[in-house]
Amino acid sequence: MSQSYDRGLVEDFGRWREFSAGMWAWVFHKFTGWVLVGYLFTHIAVLSTAISAAGQTQAIAAENDVYTTVITALESLLVVRILEVGLLAVAVFHILNGCRLLLVDLGIGLDSQDKSFYASLVLTGAIVVASVPTFLAGVFG
Amino acid sequence: MSTHVPETETETDTEAETEVEHSEPLAPAQEERMRKKAEARADREERARQEAAERATGDDDTVHLKVFRFDPEVEGKQEPRFDDFHVPYEKGMTVLDALIYARDTFDSSLTFRHSCRQAICGSDALFINGRQRLGCKTQLSDLDQPVRVEPLPHAEVEKDLVVDMDHFYDQMEAVEPYFDADELPDGELDEQRQTRENREKVKMSTRCIWCGACMSSCNIAAGNNEYLGPAAINKAYRFAMDEREGTERKQHRLNILEQENGVWRCQTQFSCTEVCPKDIPLTEHIQELKREAVKSNLKFW
Ligand code: HEM
Ligand code: SF4
Ligand code: FES
Repeated sequence: MSQSYDRGLVEDFGRWREFSAGMWAWVFHKFTGWVLVGYLFTHIAVLSTAISAAGQTQAIAAENDVYTTVITALESLLVVRILEVGLLAVAVFHILNGCRLLLVDLGIGLDSQDKSFYASLVLTGAIVVASVPTFLAGVFG
Repeated sequence: MSTHVPETETETDTEAETEVEHSEPLAPAQEERMRKKAEARADREERARQEAAERATGDDDTVHLKVFRFDPEVEGKQEPRFDDFHVPYEKGMTVLDALIYARDTFDSSLTFRHSCRQAICGSDALFINGRQRLGCKTQLSDLDQPVRVEPLPHAEVEKDLVVDMDHFYDQMEAVEPYFDADELPDGELDEQRQTRENREKVKMSTRCIWCGACMSSCNIAAGNNEYLGPAAINKAYRFAMDEREGTERKQHRLNILEQENGVWRCQTQFSCTEVCPKDIPLTEHIQELKREAVKSNLKFW
């Protein structure tokens, strides 16, 4: 028997230029899903500073308890504000495309699955742009 | 579809062979005639060569193919490479026509499968300009040049454009791709009639030509050799949805499909649906079988 030649990775994500809408939707959905999981951990870490802050009534009133200091320190950083915009983008896309996948699972509108993917992208873009003033408010002040 | 490309070979070879046979001394007149013929022959050959060269270099009516080459059995060809072929373009020419021309004219070792040349035998699914397509169903005029022709991804390459299809066929067999009704009609010659509606339902799924394009395009099938893949699931759909088979048989089919590497591996990337040359709505069929599997397990449905 002849040996055969395995073309390896070239055939997989090396071909990303040739992906069609449904494939991109899948890649983005996996990516955003795992980013959200990652965020969940940092989210819990930051919020748990409230545990040690709990009960320090005086510190809370003076706004220098652990939780408030951590949150205000983070929110004063430009990177954090930009990351928040990114988080919103990721979450919005995941939710919109999640709804698209729900429709796909129910067998509704499978012929326009590419259009609903583009719609998710456009809507995500619009919502993210609209959110920028809110997220960046005061950070440059 | 495929068009026939007329043969353009000159007849010089046969003439040459018959004439060299004379061994006895020739009459001067005969010698003279032979000499003239030889000259004329050389002339014709030269013209043919020039024409071929012109065709090869003229850029408006030749097509530039870049073809994947690999031959494990020849020392110098074990390292895969791309060969360039410049094929004279004829109106209506398909990628398969161009490959046939290249093989017949330039390099007889160029290897690829083909048979019907009309998109029905399923033997020439290739990776053309980054997409799984049938060579015989793809017009050169629809493609950007150079036209890159490669063997199907996610299959072992045997030689040049030929890939090993065994695994694909195994998956197709795994879903028991034949009609098998619970009950046969009483009379031996009785027909097993199907309602028009039911026929309409399975119509698209019956069109599969076993070309393997869908399987090759599927990212999940690429990473998981156990996954049945779109073509096999579509084949199962064709029978599971056939009302003539009966509930018992359908349950058996769903049991095969709902296993770990059956329908649930599909992540609705739509790649298969995108490439299927017979326009079978594969993702739709897979999704419908997922719902059927859920329904048959949730008895309160
Ligand atoms: C309204 C909100 C959400 C909707 C509608 C939604 C929808 C979906 C759907 C339908 C899938 C399945 C994709 C498939 O079929 O392949 C999915 C996958 C996933 N989601 Fe969400 N999701 C939401 C929120 C979240 C959140 C908050 C997280 C993170 C904590 C998350 C993490 C993931 C991950 C990691 C996956 C991929 C799972 C895998 O690898 O198969 N999702 N989501
Ligand atoms: S389903 Fe379509 S792409 Fe897949 S093997 Fe059949 S004809 Fe080819
Ligand atoms: S040669 Fe038969 S499908 Fe192309």
